Amino acid sequence: MTTTLASARTKVLQRQGAAVALVLMVVVAWLVFPRFGSLDNVRDLALQGSFLAVIAIGMTFVIITGGIDLSVGSLYALGGVLAAYGSQWGFFGALLLPLLVCGLIGVVNGLLIARTSMAPFIVTLASLLFARGLLLVITDEGATTYRIAPDSAFVELGRGTVFGFGHPVFIALVLAALGGLLLNRTNFGQNVFATGGAESSAILMGVPVARTKVLVYTMSGVLSGLAGALTAAYLQSGVTVIGVGTELDAISVVVIGGTLLTGGAGTVLGTMIGVGLRTVIQNVINQIGTLDSNFQSVVSGVFLLIVVVLQRTLRR
Amino acid sequence: MTLTATRTRWLQDNGVHVAVAALLLFNVLFTANFLTAGNFRTQLVQAAPVLVVALGMALVIGTEGVDLSVGAVMALAAALIPLYLGYGPVPAVLIALAVGLAAGGFNGFLVARVGIQPIVATLALLVAGRGLALVIANGQLVQLHDPAFLALGTDDVFGLPISVLVAVVLAVLVAGLVNRTTFGRQLVAVGGNRRAAHLAGLPVSRVLVGVYAITGVLAAVAGVLATSRLAASDPADIGLLMELSAITAVVVGGTPLTGGKVRVLGTVMGVVLMQLVRATLIKHDLPDSIAQMIQAAIIVAAVYVARERR
Amino acid sequence: MPTEPVIEVAGVTKAFAGVKALDGVDFTLHRGSIHALVGENGAGKSTLIKVLTGIHQPDGGEVRRAGRISTIYQEVNLIPLMSVASNLFLGREPRTRLGLIDRAKAIADAQRILSGYGITADVAQPLGSLSVGEQQMVALARAVEADADVVIMDEPTSSLEPREVETLFAVVERLHERGIAIVYVSHRMDELYRLCDTVTVLRDGRKVHSGPLADLPRIELVSLMLGRSVSDIRAGGTTAFGEDHHAGKEPVLEASDLTSRPRLNGVNVTIRPGEVVGLAGLLGSGRTETAKAIIGAIPTQHGTVLVGGKPVPRGNVKAAMRAGISMLAEDRKAEGIIPHLSVRENIVLAALPGLSRFGLVSRAKQDRIVDLFITRLRIKVSSPEQRVAELSGGNQQKVLLARWLCAEPRVLLLDEPTRGIDVGAKAEVQALIDELAKEGLAVLLISSELDELLDGADRLVVLRDGHVAGELTGGELTREHVLAAIAAEPAEVTDDADRH
Repeated sequence: MTTTLASARTKVLQRQGAAVALVLMVVVAWLVFPRFGSLDNVRDLALQGSFLAVIAIGMTFVIITGGIDLSVGSLYALGGVLAAYGSQWGFFGALLLPLLVCGLIGVVNGLLIARTSMAPFIVTLASLLFARGLLLVITDEGATTYRIAPDSAFVELGRGTVFGFGHPVFIALVLAALGGLLLNRTNFGQNVFATGGAESSAILMGVPVARTKVLVYTMSGVLSGLAGALTAAYLQSGVTVIGVGTELDAISVVVIGGTLLTGGAGTVLGTMIGVGLRTVIQNVINQIGTLDSNFQSVVSGVFLLIVVVLQRTLRR
Repeated sequence: MTLTATRTRWLQDNGVHVAVAALLLFNVLFTANFLTAGNFRTQLVQAAPVLVVALGMALVIGTEGVDLSVGAVMALAAALIPLYLGYGPVPAVLIALAVGLAAGGFNGFLVARVGIQPIVATLALLVAGRGLALVIANGQLVQLHDPAFLALGTDDVFGLPISVLVAVVLAVLVAGLVNRTTFGRQLVAVGGNRRAAHLAGLPVSRVLVGVYAITGVLAAVAGVLATSRLAASDPADIGLLMELSAITAVVVGGTPLTGGKVRVLGTVMGVVLMQLVRATLIKHDLPDSIAQMIQAAIIVAAVYVARERR
Repeated sequence: MPTEPVIEVAGVTKAFAGVKALDGVDFTLHRGSIHALVGENGAGKSTLIKVLTGIHQPDGGEVRRAGRISTIYQEVNLIPLMSVASNLFLGREPRTRLGLIDRAKAIADAQRILSGYGITADVAQPLGSLSVGEQQMVALARAVEADADVVIMDEPTSSLEPREVETLFAVVERLHERGIAIVYVSHRMDELYRLCDTVTVLRDGRKVHSGPLADLPRIELVSLMLGRSVSDIRAGGTTAFGEDHHAGKEPVLEASDLTSRPRLNGVNVTIRPGEVVGLAGLLGSGRTETAKAIIGAIPTQHGTVLVGGKPVPRGNVKAAMRAGISMLAEDRKAEGIIPHLSVRENIVLAALPGLSRFGLVSRAKQDRIVDLFITRLRIKVSSPEQRVAELSGGNQQKVLLARWLCAEPRVLLLDEPTRGIDVGAKAEVQALIDELAKEGLAVLLISSELDELLDGADRLVVLRDGHVAGELTGGELTREHVLAAIAAEPAEVTDDADRH
């Protein structure tokens, strides 16, 4: 049974490939850089990874349906600005405004993709542009930076710690757990897999494909907005220049984590491992010091390429 | 064919020309200093690199594919220029183009031989390309001083800026390639019906690799042109979101994303239209933010209209 | 037999773009019955199924359903990347008290249910790791476990191995015992007679027969499916002449032992120059696969193809074309025309390199050859620059014929060359085929229309279930002989094979 063998191999590589790489990276980093294992550094790493993790959870769902969401970087930046802007109405203003607006853009993405059969990449590229435009409108063409009062409850959401780990770390972990549950143990999750696995079959099997698509893009929008809000809370202001290329980071970690870019298979846990791997590599590059920090995206791109080629050749 | 279908079809084919004409008319009537040589020159120079990239993108889209890596390839080309400018402008430009060729050829290999979807195959280079460019350039913007190279961006030939001339010549060449060569006709056939093309004995893989390679070279050309105009190599910023501008121009110009058709004149007009939209908005004091949002709306509208009817 | 109808359809009419797919069809399915629904391509079977299941609303007539209907399709319509258990339960998974999917129970239940369908594989594995037959069985289990009163099976055995077919039959018997009504669509006579009690025959959108199956002789059933005609005598005349003509010549195409599992099993075909060889057989008997195997468009496990005595590399369309084989594919839209291109470009497509110099296409050369073919094949176009998508089906077919003639083939494989084109164009295409053969081309003609084969072919190869069931020449070229070969009882097959 060569097919079974190949699928078993694919499975091991997909499930464990990123995990093995992560363990190796951590071990090497620990041995080479004594500071790497320090509690401070670990806390830093966890916090750095948490924002991307929140975005990548939504991206995981989108990619499993066979789609792609290129607007998340812009929505991330927009979410941060909106949170800072909304902080004038207190904690809930700061939290809900970004979720609402970014979620709405996600809904529009989903509706355009599900109802008009336009390609996801082009629809979300357009909303990438749109969200950037909206961000510039709110900030007077980037001239205004909204600040969040340092002593507000909202800032606590971004800067507060438990056992020295920042709140965003716990938020990301809880969301990942919920995401995993949603994906594997609910009807919605099954619909997500079915939609990306074979859309026409899914329709014949009674799966509400259009509704599923609208929901995943909405989720992706909301989570990007949330990541932006958390970042704003951490930075105590709505920074306008963040998020450029974040969509590529999110896609990379999702795919490196074993989710098929062609849809139909993937895990939230894999995505979290992907985020971990990326964060550790970034940290190592920084620790080496002589390496350009842009090396990160080269490594990501190469990883992405290897994973995609492996997925393709092993499926034959 | 029903009336709506006929109308949609007409809109797909001629909408871009009408829109360009209408915008020109609007500007002639309502925009101060629009009808000046200086203004036209500025507009054309700004549009030239986009056009060069869009020409390649039109070919790829004609094969039912897409190339997301064009902006990253521009950055790579830009990063390489200062490294080799010491050997003279010609070697520097040739190296940049060779890298574009290699990058495009690699994309084509992934699509045609490995069988990866175009959007996925070109994504890897989109992620890695700009990073690599920044690593090569040490993350720095490098000012360029070679007069011969800078002339590319500043000088005129026959009263036209060189970059515009290059773009026009390339447009004519690509039009010739599509309409007058075996390769061009096979390209359109592969995009129109890949199975039929295969059954007709066409060299499907070779055509695909060729198309992506050409697109890579054209992106590198655009990178060279933009760098010389800027008088600096700026891999962090050059060609950012270029894939979006190029795809927009191609689609607005009436080339469907579903392949099988390449409209070179339409693509030229698509570039002109998007440039005019931007210029009009700016000249009427609408901020960049609104311009971006309007562009987003135009993209969605154009793709919506260009959807193939079953 | 129980008489209570579970589905009743009366006088149903359904048209697509003015073409009637169903024309006043009656269909009654009784509880506990296994009802065969048969008919050739375009007879209206799939439209009727879609009307039964409610996917299509009929334009006229009445549909009464008294129960839940599940359908399993010819192509497996499940999600290969999801687990077997997920596929079985998608949409009605067992839940825990918290409302979450109970995976342990789902897997245990799935394992238990599927073992009744002969599946012992691990149900936590992705569905795609199962064989096509096992996947088909999962689809069947899914359909049945949904508490259906009616199960519609659309050619369920077309991709199954013999062993899997037996399992399927056992399942069908079990459903039958539980009183579930089954609509069984198939072209395999043996299956129909083994399983079904009732039969409805559709032809050209009309019901031509309905009644108990056991009373209906096989040959009569095939005859009902293919339609009656009076052209038998004429066909005999033509062929007698044809045979004399070709007997002594060396064959230009010799294909032997072509095998492409599971559809094709050791088919032999030879064609001499100037000869038209017809491939007869019901849908799914391996006609299209034979042509595709010859030109190398599908992979083969066995078999050789010689053109003019020289072997042609397998699985390579380009090499086959270079050796002088051209194929007019069955599916004009998916495998033939390139819709955006003009008539001229569609014609010259395969011959383009030969019409170019240094990669630049020569319009003068193209125009000359295109004009020639437009005149010769009487293609009706406003100009050669007209988009091919705007032409009628018949003219599109002529454009494709011109494309392959441009390539100057020695062997022309024609798969359903007159399907879906109007009567006038059909006669023209048939006349053309005759002309081409007279000029020395070797032609393989595939058609579902027996009359077309009898009229057009000098010799007939009859296929059944991927085997050659008989070869007919001269006086044997009659409707009766062909029907006998197609409908032969298993015992007669061996006789037939021995004789040849």
